[in-house]
Amino acid sequence: MLYNQPSPLEVKVLTRRFGLPDSQSLDTYLATEGFQGFRRALEMKPEEIIGEVMASNLRGRGGAGFPAGMKWSFVPRASSKPKYIVVNGDEGEPGTCKDRLLIENDPHQLIEGMLIAALAVGAAAGYIYIRGEYRRLIEIMDRAIAEAYRKGYLGENILGSGLRFDVYTHSGAGSYECGEESALLESLEGRRGVPRIRPPFPAVAGAFQCPTVLNNVETLCAVPAILRDGGAAFAALGTPKNGGTRLFCLSGHINKPGVYELPMGFNLLRMIDEVGGGVWKGKKLKAVIPGGSSCPILKASECDLAMDFDTVAKARSMLGSGGVVVLDEDTSIVSLATRVMRFYQHESCGWCVPCREGTTWLRKLLERFHAGHGTLADIDLMGDLARNMLGRTFCPLGDAAAMPMISYVEKFRGEFEEYLNRTPGGPLGRVTIDG
Amino acid sequence: MTFSPELETRLETLMRSCPPGREASALIPMLLYAQDETGALTSEVVEEVARRLGITPLQADEVISYYSMLRRRPAGRHHLQICTNVSCMLRGGQELYGHACKRLGIRNHEVTADGEFSLEEAECLGACSWAPAMLVNYDYHQDMTPEKLDRLIDSLEKKH
Repeated sequence: MLYNQPSPLEVKVLTRRFGLPDSQSLDTYLATEGFQGFRRALEMKPEEIIGEVMASNLRGRGGAGFPAGMKWSFVPRASSKPKYIVVNGDEGEPGTCKDRLLIENDPHQLIEGMLIAALAVGAAAGYIYIRGEYRRLIEIMDRAIAEAYRKGYLGENILGSGLRFDVYTHSGAGSYECGEESALLESLEGRRGVPRIRPPFPAVAGAFQCPTVLNNVETLCAVPAILRDGGAAFAALGTPKNGGTRLFCLSGHINKPGVYELPMGFNLLRMIDEVGGGVWKGKKLKAVIPGGSSCPILKASECDLAMDFDTVAKARSMLGSGGVVVLDEDTSIVSLATRVMRFYQHESCGWCVPCREGTTWLRKLLERFHAGHGTLADIDLMGDLARNMLGRTFCPLGDAAAMPMISYVEKFRGEFEEYLNRTPGGPLGRVTIDG
Repeated sequence: MTFSPELETRLETLMRSCPPGREASALIPMLLYAQDETGALTSEVVEEVARRLGITPLQADEVISYYSMLRRRPAGRHHLQICTNVSCMLRGGQELYGHACKRLGIRNHEVTADGEFSLEEAECLGACSWAPAMLVNYDYHQDMTPEKLDRLIDSLEKKH
């Protein structure tokens, strides 16, 4: 199913089968160059496969942007322990809704990506961890896996190669934190989603304390095309060190919200105006959250930039998970900040103090401020609190809450001050505080 | 405690998907699938799942209290989760949630007196580009408005 019209500016690599009749079936997949990347990989040495992925400049699409080929190269192939491929389909970063489309429209592409990763690191089993709310997608994935087994693309002696690989889906049950890789592994092993202390990293001690490749759905879905057409061809689609395309999720105050596959480095203003049809209701752009709610906000004047990991980082924000949230001129940053902090406080696992206490106090401060009982000193306190969380937590959730908070008060301090002089309730109305 | 044959097959498949000796890894999906059938994770259900995995009911309880979808008490027959996180908030998610509260006469985490509906103000459901979005049990309803929500609730009421 497609939920929005495609844009003529899209470059369709991962989404090329979206909208084809029966795009979930193995027949459709095979008829459209499916498993050609895997067939090529079967004839390559593991280090050649990893070399191809490195040459593609594919970087992790879950948000961190770590080079995928390098991540694979950290897995100790010589280890006598079993190795695993774990797919992160927890998709919980507010603003992000792309992995669900890849699973829904082209599940075999993910299976092929896992198989290629398995060849590269010598894994014999893989788990696709999908958030519990996506039950219908788990069902689609289960059907695709069953079909792949029936037709010899999973199980024993795949395509006569002697390779054995098993794939299982694994349901989450409602937790943002489980999108963090080490918390995901805890959840996969049947425990609370509390992060692990690293090192050791998952490449060495991941699932069941065995060497593990852990990639986002979209990252692995890019791998079949890389092996099929070559890493250089994929790299050429993007900008230096930022290979290929990615799925950008446009949401918020925009005329044509939707998920669009665009080359890495696509200009953000052009994305909003030409792909997304511009800011809605003829209004002016106020700001953009470029990669999910954990990313520092960009003012409209900062938005003329290439959307790749390095350029957005230079602008002191993050490309993140591809969730581009557009805010029009009437948006209240105080309301936005209050809602965002309520989310992080709700999702903090509570293990480390700076995150548990920091998000709680920031939420309380913001709710009080939002209700019209703030003081000038509160604005400084919000920034101070957030800066004291930065880099002091076991997992990135603490930073994910602190970084946007710092950007709100730094870039929109005037709006916070002005808010103090007004009655409760901004242009978006009062945030409901319930439960 | 007996489960349906379908659930039994599902639970066995889940346990088989774990490496040998690591069956307890299947705890979370097992609890969720069991809850889908029984409506809630009563002590009886928890003890049964824990027994099969060789863990204590307390270990299962620890997990249940962490995950927002796992619940000890039953939800309504139609469980409505309405997202009010950023992308949905910008396109009327909070108004949608407020409308649902009024229409059903319940608040967050409450169930209607007849047990038909329950309501939850949800965090991001992963439907940001088609906001505001909501779930009825496991089915997504996207690009929602208060009017569409009324029609949806009407149609669910007719299903009695």
